[in-house]
Amino acid sequence: MNECLTLNINGQVHELDVPSTAPLLDVLRNHLGLKGSRYGCGLEQCGACMVLIDGVAAYSCSREIGTLSGRTITTVEGLGSADALHPLQQAFLDEQAGQCGYCLSGILIAAKAFLDRNADPTRTEIAAALDANLCRCGSHPRIVRAVLKAAADMRDKEAR
Amino acid sequence: MTALTFSLKDNPRLDRWLRFQDDQTVRISTGKVELGQGVLTALAQIAAEELDLRIDQVRMMSGNSVEGPGEGYTASSWSIEHSGAAIRLVAAEVRALALARAALRLNAAPDELTVADGAFLKNGAPSGIDYWNIAGELDLSAEATGTVAPKPQSAHRLVGRSVPRLDLPAKLTGSGFIQDMMLPGLLHARTLRQPGPHAALLQLDEKIIRRRAGGDVRIVRLNNFVAFVGTDEIAVRAAAVAATECALWDNALSLSPEQATPDWVASQPSDDRLMGDAPPQLSTDRICARFTRPFLSHGSIAPSCAIALYRDGVLTVWSHAQGMHPLRENIARTAGFSLDAVACHHVQGAGCYGHNGADDAALDAALVALALPDQPIRLMWRREEEFGYEPLSSAMSVTVHAGLDGAGRPVDWTTEIWSATHGQRPGVGGASLLAAHAMKTPPPDRKPFDIPLERGGGAARNGIPLYDIGPKWIELHLIHDVPVRTSSLRGLGATLNVFAIEGLLDDLAGRIGEDPVAYRLAILSDPRARRVLEKAAAMANWSSREAGGDGSGLGIGLARYKNSSAYAAVVAAVEVDEAVRVTDVWCAVDAGLAINPDGILNQIEGNIVQAISWTLIEEVRFGPQGIATLDWESYPVIRFSQIPEIRVELVEASEYPPLGVGECAGGPTAAAIGNAVAHALGTRIHHMPMTRDRIMTGLMA
Repeated sequence: MNECLTLNINGQVHELDVPSTAPLLDVLRNHLGLKGSRYGCGLEQCGACMVLIDGVAAYSCSREIGTLSGRTITTVEGLGSADALHPLQQAFLDEQAGQCGYCLSGILIAAKAFLDRNADPTRTEIAAALDANLCRCGSHPRIVRAVLKAAADMRDKEAR
Repeated sequence: MTALTFSLKDNPRLDRWLRFQDDQTVRISTGKVELGQGVLTALAQIAAEELDLRIDQVRMMSGNSVEGPGEGYTASSWSIEHSGAAIRLVAAEVRALALARAALRLNAAPDELTVADGAFLKNGAPSGIDYWNIAGELDLSAEATGTVAPKPQSAHRLVGRSVPRLDLPAKLTGSGFIQDMMLPGLLHARTLRQPGPHAALLQLDEKIIRRRAGGDVRIVRLNNFVAFVGTDEIAVRAAAVAATECALWDNALSLSPEQATPDWVASQPSDDRLMGDAPPQLSTDRICARFTRPFLSHGSIAPSCAIALYRDGVLTVWSHAQGMHPLRENIARTAGFSLDAVACHHVQGAGCYGHNGADDAALDAALVALALPDQPIRLMWRREEEFGYEPLSSAMSVTVHAGLDGAGRPVDWTTEIWSATHGQRPGVGGASLLAAHAMKTPPPDRKPFDIPLERGGGAARNGIPLYDIGPKWIELHLIHDVPVRTSSLRGLGATLNVFAIEGLLDDLAGRIGEDPVAYRLAILSDPRARRVLEKAAAMANWSSREAGGDGSGLGIGLARYKNSSAYAAVVAAVEVDEAVRVTDVWCAVDAGLAINPDGILNQIEGNIVQAISWTLIEEVRFGPQGIATLDWESYPVIRFSQIPEIRVELVEASEYPPLGVGECAGGPTAAAIGNAVAHALGTRIHHMPMTRDRIMTGLMA
C-alpha cells in the first residue's frame, strides 16, 4: 500500500509516494537517484548500505520506509561532495584508505556517527565502532588511520 | 632493441594503446581492468613518465573489446609486467616519433628538443608546439617496433612516486560502480539459478511467482535459464526468491557435508601430473607432513552485476569481469553470435580477488537483453546466489616430503598436492559461462585441466621451494570430479603450498635445534630472497624471539610468488589461548622497480588481512541443497577488531624490472601464522582454518 511520507534526506524535504514496505535503500537508489548507499547483502550483515537516521548509523537495506516518516536521513552524498569533501572523506583520500571502495560509503557513515559521539577516539574504539562493517579488500588498517586523522583534523578545526 | 612483450605481440598497432585527444589529453588503453588494486593509476604513471606528461593529461581507457587491446584476463599479477611493459614501449616509441616530427617542423635537431607536459622545448625554451599540434601527422596505425628504449630509472619523475589513486575520489563521494549505472528505460533483472549443470526445470508456477512479486514482472525463460524482469527492482527480486522456493527440478545437485572436506577431495580418483627436476631418491632419511585447507569463497562485498543492451543487431555488455576480450568471445559463443556483433565494456565493481560470478552475470544479462531487444537490462545476482553459484577456491591437501642429509638439511623435496582445478575461467581449459549449461545444447564436458606451471601453475603454484635443495619435485593429483565449480582465488594453490613448505622447514629446523631464520638462510642463495627474509626478521626483532610454548609465538614465512614475481617475507606474532589472535605482522617485499610504492603497500596490506582471514576463519560448507554458506553469518570473514598492527616495507630493488605484487604476501602470511601458532603451542596445527576447535584438539593431542 502506498502512503505519502515526508522525509528529510541530506537536508532536503522529500514527499514520497512509495509502498510503505519498500526498503529505504531501494527508495534512495531507485526513486531518489542517490546511488551512494550500496546493496551488499540485503540482510543487515555487511554495512555497505549504512545511512544516518537521526544521526544514528543504521542499515538501510531492510528498513521499511513506512517506519521512517518525519525522520532525518543522511547518506554519503550528504556528507560532502567532490568539491567540498567532509573531513572524513578528505582523510580517507589522504590515507588512500580504500581498495575497491564498495564498502566505503557505509564505513564513512558509521565513522561519522561514531565521531559525533566520540571526538577523540583510540584505534581500539574506532575498530570496535566499525566492527559491523565488512571490508573484503583488507583496507582496515588505513581506514582506522583515516578515521583517527579525521578526528584530529576536526578537533583542530573546532579549536580554531 | 627492446623485445616486444606478450601484450604488444598480440596487439602490435600503436593506436590500440595510445591516442592523442582533442582536449589536450592522451588516451591510454589497456586490456587490464581496475579491480581495486590501483592498476589504472600505475599504468597512467608509466605512460605519463615515458611521454613527459602530467598524470592529469592521461586518460585511461580500460577493458574495451571494441577499441582497446586484448590482454586476456586481469589475473595472476601480470598487469604491470605485461600491460605496463607494453604501454612503456608504446609510449616511448610514440614520443620518439613525435619528437622527430617536431624536429622537422622546428628545423631543429631531435636532440635539441625535450618534452614537458606534452609541449616541445627547444634548447629548454618553449617552441610553441606540442603533441597535439603534430598528432595528425603521426601514423599511429603503424606497428610497434620496440626499437626505442624507455627512460632509464635515473630519469624517472613519476614512476616510483606514490601518485594517489585516480578512482578513489568518486568512490568516496558515492559513485564509481557499475551498480550505479543508469540508462534510459533500464529494466532490473534477477535469475532463477539452475541447481547444478545437469538439472532440468520440471515445473515453475508463474502465478505464485507473480503474486509474491507484488508488482509487474516479466518472466524470460530459455530452457533451464529463467529470469525475472521489470521496472521495480524489489518486485523482480521477490519473484526470483519465490521462484527459487517453488521451482521443481529434476536432477538437482545435492551435496553432503563430507564433500566439502579436503579429506574427501584427496580420496577421489585423480589425473596425475609430475613436474620439476627429477623424482627423489627414496634411500635418504625422509620426513613428511600433511597440510590441508577447505574450499574458500571469494566473498566479494557486492553480488555480481552486469548491464546489457541488444539494439540494431549489436549486443553491448557492461561488466566488472576481469577481461572484456575473453568475455566477448564467451558470450558470442554461447549466444551464437559473431565477435563483431558483441561489444564488452568494463565498468568497475566491488573487489573480486579472482574468478567470481562477474562473467556469469554478464552472460545472464546478455541472454535477457537478447530476449527483450532495445531495453537496457541491469541484472544483479542475489547475495545467496553469489555465495552459492560463484566458483569456489578448491579444498586442498598437500603432503611435503624432504630427504635429509646427515646434518638434518634437505637434499631433495617433493610437494604432493591433491586439489581440484584452480583454472576454470570461461574459455580456459574448455570451461564455459554458468548459464551456458542451462541452454538447449550445453557445452561438452571439460577434460581435466589446471593452469600449467609455466604459466604460474594452479594447484601447483609455488609448489617448488625457492631454497637450495637437490632435486625438487611436484606430484599433482588433480581431482576432476568435484561436484562444485572451482577456479582462481588470489594466490591459487600458493596459499597452501607455501603454508606447507614453510611449515615443514620450521619442523626440520626444530629437529636440529636451529633457529628457523638461520636454518633457511643456510639453504638459501638467492640474494633477493635472503634480503627480504633478513629484512622481515629485523623488522620483527626476530633475534629476541623467545623459546615459545607459553601461548605467545613468532613465526616466519617466505616465498617468491609463482617463483617468478615479487618476493615476500612475513613475520607474524600470535597469542593463543583457545583461539588464535594475530597481534602483529611485519612484511618485507622486493617488488623490483616499484611504480607506485603506496599502491603496492596497500595491496600487500590487503593481501595480509585476507590471508589472516583464510588462515583463521574461512570455510565453505556443503548441505543437501548445495553450498550451505550463503551469507556473512555462515561465512564469516575478518572484522576490524581482529586486525593486527601491520608494517610493510619495500626493499630497494629499482634496478630490477617491476614484478607483480598483489598476491605475493598471502602464502607467506598463512605460513608465518602457522609457524607462530606452532611456536606458541609447541605443537603444529596442520589444517586451515585454525579455529578454536582445531586448537583445542591440537592442545589435547
